[in-house]
Amino acid sequence: MPRAFTPKVITSNRLLEGDAVWFTTQNTWSGDIQDAEFLTDEAHADLRLLEANAQNGIIVGAYLADAKMGEDGPEPTHFREEFRTRGPSNYAHGKQVEKV
Amino acid sequence: MYKYNDFDEAFVRERVSQFRGQVERRINGSLTEDEFKPLRLMNGLYLQLHAYMLRVAVPYGTLNSAQMDRLAHLAETYDKGYGHFTTRQNIQYNWPELKDVPNMLSDLADVGMHAIQTSGNCIRNVTADHFAGAAADEIADPRPVAELLRQWSTDHPEFQFMPRKFKIAITGSENDRAVIKAHDIGLRVRDRDGVRGYEVIVGGGLGRTPMIGKVINDFLPEADLLPYLEAIVSVWNRLGRRDNKYKARIKITVHEHGIDEIRRLVDERFAEIRPAFTGVDQDMLREIEAQFKAPDFKTASTDGYEAARLANPAFRSWTDTNLTEHRAEGYAIVSISIKKHGATPGDATADQMRVMAELARKYGHDELRISHEQNVIIPHVHKSDLPALYADLRAADLATANIGLASDMIVCPGMDYCALATARSIPIAQQISTRVEELDMEHDIGALKLKISGCINACGHHHVGHIGILGLDRAGVENYQITLGGDATETAAIGERAGPGFSADDIVPAIERLITGYIGLRADADETFLEAYRRLGAAPFKAILYPEAKANAA
Ligand code: HEM
Ligand code: SF4
Repeated sequence: MPRAFTPKVITSNRLLEGDAVWFTTQNTWSGDIQDAEFLTDEAHADLRLLEANAQNGIIVGAYLADAKMGEDGPEPTHFREEFRTRGPSNYAHGKQVEKV
Repeated sequence: MYKYNDFDEAFVRERVSQFRGQVERRINGSLTEDEFKPLRLMNGLYLQLHAYMLRVAVPYGTLNSAQMDRLAHLAETYDKGYGHFTTRQNIQYNWPELKDVPNMLSDLADVGMHAIQTSGNCIRNVTADHFAGAAADEIADPRPVAELLRQWSTDHPEFQFMPRKFKIAITGSENDRAVIKAHDIGLRVRDRDGVRGYEVIVGGGLGRTPMIGKVINDFLPEADLLPYLEAIVSVWNRLGRRDNKYKARIKITVHEHGIDEIRRLVDERFAEIRPAFTGVDQDMLREIEAQFKAPDFKTASTDGYEAARLANPAFRSWTDTNLTEHRAEGYAIVSISIKKHGATPGDATADQMRVMAELARKYGHDELRISHEQNVIIPHVHKSDLPALYADLRAADLATANIGLASDMIVCPGMDYCALATARSIPIAQQISTRVEELDMEHDIGALKLKISGCINACGHHHVGHIGILGLDRAGVENYQITLGGDATETAAIGERAGPGFSADDIVPAIERLITGYIGLRADADETFLEAYRRLGAAPFKAILYPEAKANAA
């Protein structure tokens, strides 16, 4: 039996600013994980990762990160990915203040 | 084969303009990330969790006020108004944008600074005792040799593609403040019957496999230093494990082959290359030494200082913790704590950097140092100037009197910034130091080295903390492991794991139990945490940390 595929999103950092971004169904990059394409099929996820990494002039090193579906779109499941949606905990810097 | 690289302005400018071209080509698509990444790393530019990070070298931790002012300018212009001083005696900027980095490097070049060789498999920024040239216990200022090593290793053709990075530290005193036993090579200046030489220690390191360095040569004559180090590096270059990056550091090579075999091979290689060193390096060293001439120390009365100490308890407390004995009469070494309780260890704002620069100009012969303990030092201050200096520090919120105490922690950036982290370290440090302040016990607790790393790479030196904390990811939850009994000084030791890790919520109370519990264990008020640990062993400390286990066993 194939093991169950944990749903994923594709994430990366923007080449120019370096901030965390997520890959959308429109082949664009959003600073908000809720805009990300929610990937539930492994083969499709792998294909999308290839397409995401093809944009290497915009982003640096895309990868698949575990996610779950929340009320307003995908949400991170691991604390590292959660921090990437927010910014550091010692200052109000990064997405927690930039994302109004 | 051996050629001096004059590390001059033209060289740095050239590197900046090369990097500017590389960034342009990356942005316009003619360079892929795979091509660009090694280039940016060679210029100190990392991609972190939330942004790029630029790591700027402060060679042997020494800088002048104009350079400190320039660091403030960078923080303000290209970052969010602050910079982070690290344990490698450098400063990191957490928020630069890619397009700005060439300008940052160019601004740095204006004051003779750079970010070259702060990363990659090269010989890294040589670190030195941060009290160099000032400490009362010093045999000789180690910085001229550090500078010689820097010039020798920078872009040395043999040392650009080594098995792994290579770190050298040097101290000029018997008391080791440069953690030389946890470096690939550690050097200690020695004096034998008036002859200058070095004790050479090899194969120390922290990280995944912590090791205390071993003495390969207990007295190397001064003039043999470069060929001898070249021999060590070249033996390792040949034997070093390139097949496995976790086994590539020289500590593993020394461990696998044994120090005696390494010594034999180094001696052999040394005999081959020694004749090529004709003494040019020693002439160089004399020239460099001239540049490190001590300032013209003044003489003045210290009566005002003594009176201020009597009159102002806060000032007295600060002088008790933040001053170190200077070799010149009437002078003191001032450590400015960048560890205000509850704040991020090592972070200074642009304004604070300017204040420190101004104080160095006004009272400190224009000299500043960065310590690997993430503090800033004004190495030469006459005691008569201390009351005024202290008043300025207070006004800038830089007068925390905690050097060497529980809240003077070394803390790596951890998962708040670092892409490699497995857990956060900064908030744990903030909570510990806040708690320590609430308890108002740290002066009673006395000398204590608490060190925190956010992953196994051990940038926060947790292995050599009296109390070390290592942040891990245990099944998707942050978990903190405690080690006890580590020591970063001349009596270096790797701390031992105390037992199971603690959750983020439990780690601060655990540390509180440990440091308050120690007070009940010590023989008298003068016995430090480490001394008590060495006398009693781990058991009573573990019992304090894990009271349930003790109850269960009973
Ligand atoms: C934030 C970005 C950083 C990255 C990506 C990074 C990466 C690393 C890595 C991968 C190692 C392990 C090398 C090995 O295999 O031996 C290491 C070691 C080290 N890092 Fe960092 N580091 C960072 C920040 C820092 C900071 C801020 C400090 C100072 C507070 C620091 C100080 C050190 C030290 C002292 C070691 C040496 C450990 C040893 O002796 O093996 N690093 N770093
Ligand atoms: S110890 Fe780990 S988490 Fe901390 S700075 Fe080093 S690599 Fe990053």
